[in-house]
Amino acid sequence: MTGDPQLYDYVPYRGRDRIVWPDGKSVAVWVAPNLEYYEIDPPAHPKRKAWGRPHPDVMGYAHRDHSNRVSHWRMADVMSKHGFPGSVSLSVALCQHHPEVVADAQARDWEFFSHGIYNTRYAYDMSEEQERAIIEDSVATVREATGQTIRGWLAPALTHTPRTFDLIAEYGLDYTCDLYHDDQVQQVKTKSGNLVSIPYSLEVNDHYGFFIYNMSPREYADTLVRQYERLAEEGGTVMCIPLHAYLIGQPHRIGPFEEALRHIAADGRAWLTKAGDIVDAWRANPPQASLGEDA
Amino acid sequence: MSLDPAYIDYPKRRHGYDHDLYDWSAIHQRKPLIWPGDRSVALWVCVSLEWFPITPTDTPFRAPGHMQTAYPDYRHYTARDYGNRVGVYRLLDAFAKAGIRASFATNGAIAERYPELVADIMREGHEIIAHSTDMNGTIASGLPIEDERALIAQSLNMLERITGLHPQGWLSIARSQSWNTPDLLREAGLRYCCDWVNDELPYRFNNGLINLPLNHELSDRQIITVQQHSADSYAQQIGDAFDWLAGEKAGRMLPLHLTPYIMGLPYRISALEKLLCDLAARPQCWVATGEAIVDAWEAQQ
Repeated sequence: MTGDPQLYDYVPYRGRDRIVWPDGKSVAVWVAPNLEYYEIDPPAHPKRKAWGRPHPDVMGYAHRDHSNRVSHWRMADVMSKHGFPGSVSLSVALCQHHPEVVADAQARDWEFFSHGIYNTRYAYDMSEEQERAIIEDSVATVREATGQTIRGWLAPALTHTPRTFDLIAEYGLDYTCDLYHDDQVQQVKTKSGNLVSIPYSLEVNDHYGFFIYNMSPREYADTLVRQYERLAEEGGTVMCIPLHAYLIGQPHRIGPFEEALRHIAADGRAWLTKAGDIVDAWRANPPQASLGEDA
Repeated sequence: MSLDPAYIDYPKRRHGYDHDLYDWSAIHQRKPLIWPGDRSVALWVCVSLEWFPITPTDTPFRAPGHMQTAYPDYRHYTARDYGNRVGVYRLLDAFAKAGIRASFATNGAIAERYPELVADIMREGHEIIAHSTDMNGTIASGLPIEDERALIAQSLNMLERITGLHPQGWLSIARSQSWNTPDLLREAGLRYCCDWVNDELPYRFNNGLINLPLNHELSDRQIITVQQHSADSYAQQIGDAFDWLAGEKAGRMLPLHLTPYIMGLPYRISALEKLLCDLAARPQCWVATGEAIVDAWEAQQ
């Protein structure tokens, strides 16, 4: 063990080939709503507690349940109104618990990728067999519920094993949202398959905005606009807006958020698209430098 | 080391919830509510009246806002009690000015210790709901059921002795319940609780208890104390929330959870006064207590 997880080569930002997105757009913008199910009484994991209080953690559980009763539709309607499709980070058990929410996303022609079975089941310390089981479960569950074959992965609650990327690549997945080392798509080194990382922009995730940086709703909307303006100016970039309906869909936040979407949609430099399309466009003409020295 | 093989078994993976407390329902699929006077946004102000003993017991956990230093923590004891002596009267005056009738979630100890305050609140037309005994009266799983039953009964008795009324509503400290709480509240004759923040309208638990959601994200504790925003920013955020809800074209609720020692400070109160006068004067606004909202909701089910 060298301390380097051996996931990618170092590729400096300066001097990269310029990527031009379809129709000459300068920044690919994708929105990633997390459609999640958190269990009220999950089994204990030795490395991470699911809830801060003894079960039921009423406030924690109910806050997240707000997504599936109220705020999913509020968030989704604002996205649809301004022409932003969703690429859904899905707790696949939501297909069983609340298929109505999954069907709404499907009806909007959104893309689904796996965010694990539940956001209260963590991958740390899983055996290879267990991790294969959650990948196979994800593929089968989403296919049965939506007809889509998942192409991407965001680990449940961002929990991994050292095998995760090799396994999802082996199962034919195309992209991971788990790596935060770049503002562009990058190749990930895996034993087999062909896996890339797509920026998921943890820093402008609504959870970070509201609970790490304690932003007001208008400050968060301004942050999205600034992030967008800079990435559009640099060009060839990817901007992700990762969301949770129970946060962005609160009544004091949704109005300012809509203004940020309105700004981005009206600007003209944004390619409003889905994760899989970004990966395809990048692969169709991959900049040489981003493939790294071994390519 | 690997995980227990059962870690990837999911016995409650099924249609609906992984519990039987209440059923799933999406807000936009329900029959639209109309509030009295054909108003679209019910403005519900709920004030927590809290007495923090200087000797926290931490069973089962220490309430938010409780003592922080070694004993005796005069700093926090008195800064919290300021709310019960001074801050709450600023709130009462602000409510009178804006024509607000509010719900006061009241520790039993407040009624026992400060009956003059409770009499003033009732005289001005506000509702008293139960909020445990004092700020040591927290609830979570692990608290023996007999202790929890006794805690709820004691809190109701303390209020009833002073007000002469059996409260209809209940707010748990930190909205924290045990598995037993919904049934114990029902057994104690309570009509509604305010603990579950998963909805924006009242709904009914399977045991008959109504939940009237008191949004914690819109509370002064969350916005001002936790997120450290100014009172002006708070007022702007609440104004934005009202605007959004009024645009949803079906009966909605805007719950404002206030804390006298937070919002009742001299440098914050005027922002609240202006906000309440502005909201209450809007044509879509129906100002209501928790009980009035539950009544109006129940009449339309």
